[in-house]
Amino acid sequence: MTSVTNAESRTEQALGSPTGGATDVPAKKASGEFLYFALRSKKFLVAMGILFVLMVIAVFGPVVDSTDPLGQAGMAMQPPTADPGNWFGTTYLGEDVFAQFANGLRATFFVGLLGGGLAALIGMAVGFIAGYLGGWVDEILNMVTNIFLVIPTLAVLLVIASYLPSEWRGVPFEAIFIGLTSWPWAARAIRAQTFSLRSRDFVDLAKLSGRRGWKIIVTEIAPNMSSYLFLTFILLFGGAILIGASLDFIGLGPHEGITLGLMMFYATTGAALNLGIWWWFIPPGIGIMATVGALYVMNVGLDEIFNPKLRDI
Amino acid sequence: MRRYFGRKLFTYTLTFFIAATIDWLIPRFMPGDPVAGLMAKTGGLSPEGAAELAKYYNNLFGLDRPMLDQFIGFWSSLLQGDLGRSVFVHGRPVTEAIMGAVPYTLALLVPAILLSWWAGNSFGALAARRKWLDNTVLPVGYILTATPYMWLGLMLAFILGFSLRIFPMSGGYGFNLEPALTWRFFTDLVAHWMMPFLSLFMVMFGGWAIGMRNMIIYELESDYSRYLEALGAPQGLVRKYAFRNAMLPQITGLALQLGVIVAGSLVTEIVFSYPGIGMLLFNAIKSEDYFLLQGIFLFIIIGTLLANFMVDLVYVLVDPRTRIGMRGGTA
Repeated sequence: MTSVTNAESRTEQALGSPTGGATDVPAKKASGEFLYFALRSKKFLVAMGILFVLMVIAVFGPVVDSTDPLGQAGMAMQPPTADPGNWFGTTYLGEDVFAQFANGLRATFFVGLLGGGLAALIGMAVGFIAGYLGGWVDEILNMVTNIFLVIPTLAVLLVIASYLPSEWRGVPFEAIFIGLTSWPWAARAIRAQTFSLRSRDFVDLAKLSGRRGWKIIVTEIAPNMSSYLFLTFILLFGGAILIGASLDFIGLGPHEGITLGLMMFYATTGAALNLGIWWWFIPPGIGIMATVGALYVMNVGLDEIFNPKLRDI
Repeated sequence: MRRYFGRKLFTYTLTFFIAATIDWLIPRFMPGDPVAGLMAKTGGLSPEGAAELAKYYNNLFGLDRPMLDQFIGFWSSLLQGDLGRSVFVHGRPVTEAIMGAVPYTLALLVPAILLSWWAGNSFGALAARRKWLDNTVLPVGYILTATPYMWLGLMLAFILGFSLRIFPMSGGYGFNLEPALTWRFFTDLVAHWMMPFLSLFMVMFGGWAIGMRNMIIYELESDYSRYLEALGAPQGLVRKYAFRNAMLPQITGLALQLGVIVAGSLVTEIVFSYPGIGMLLFNAIKSEDYFLLQGIFLFIIIGTLLANFMVDLVYVLVDPRTRIGMRGGTA
């Protein structure tokens, strides 16, 4: 750990309690150092490995095995076999569980990426503006954030969904809806970070040089908390997947296609539990748990990579 | 102090007003007539009879009055605790339907939240800086907190209910029993309560344990801890200070998490057909009972706001800096 001292000053300002001014660390050196610690972080590597496997299943699964996830694909209620036809077994209606799993995983990743990404963008916009400008803008945005925190999102979803034609209520709609409603806590966290950065010398200097506010945010403040922003995105990614699964399970999920949440919903409504069709509801849960769990562990791993204080634990 | 609570009260009132207004819009803004949906459930009417019934329903729900009138009426009846009538539970008042379900949800949520919060924080604090415990608590915590509530419920139901037959798999109490103050009914109630409680408790436990562990590590690395250590203070004392400081974000977390927890209890109740608010909501969505939906959402809004307010109160008690801030000083 020879480069710890150097890394300390850099990451300190990036995460937790930013202390120093902006130092221009050459990008090449920073990424090299990142790689050095990333390849030594067991948490990061394990999480990346799990996510990679899941991603391969989500991307190539439906291509290799083009079975219709919602069509009859064999005898009903067949347990998993070594036979490549329905090797994950079949559902109550004779649908192929593997096809449902692969397609559902794909949809779940999509919901996480789009929903989490959208939430991160909104949270960043609100957090940066509120934290940088302060004053009454901050007060108003704070109130909006609070309202979004307690608003019954399910009620809003019901009203919006009833107006949409059924063919629009696919997975993209669910992802966008989650993105539009799950940003508040991210906005709060980013606001607090921005707040502590905006009175630093380098921001004052940028102000003196006459740069515009949004440019200062983009070029001075955001880069100094880039790792924090990335960690926020990861958590929003995982959160969006869990929220999506809950919506599906309540029966407010997409009207077409299949997600892991819908698999569990169909399994419950199809009495999989009482019929003992365990291979129907175990895979989707493991899929979600592995995805979200890997994201969370990656979050900690990255945290330790970015923040040397946490490294030697 | 007064200014602080005045501002809080103002924010909460405004939030409640906006949230309740959105809630009020549900039955009105739904495409199609809620009454038409209701009429469809009662078949075999003559045209005159149907017209008469429609008029009766419109009058009953107050849908024949102008919008502003309805809005004011909604608030005045709301303040009197009247939430209209439900379609799903056969025209019974919504308040009655909700009140029947509330005890089950509270009996599930309150112990699950408090116990998981307590246990998670204790374990998390112990795990920090204790390698062997950390290596077990951390992975288990991450797996638990990444588990969807309903899936853990399904797994528990499958293992403990379906395979081992230890606990009954669905309902609030056995079908062969009537609610009564007997020992038999009580044990049956507890048996049915066990699995939904366990599944909620486990998922929440993971989240709290991890949060606490990470916070303690941050605190033990901070200047005041280092200073205390340098002075030669015993480990226990340093940890005590770290624990107290680490508790604050956990209390905030409790407030932020409440919405998620309510959603978690919704899906858990659905898995176990547990007769709480979640199950009621599920049935209301299925039978498109908008007035019942409206009532349930209102209940959830009020619950979340009250809980948040309570957390605010507790915060004043545990964090002296908020008290300084209230007196106009800077923390």
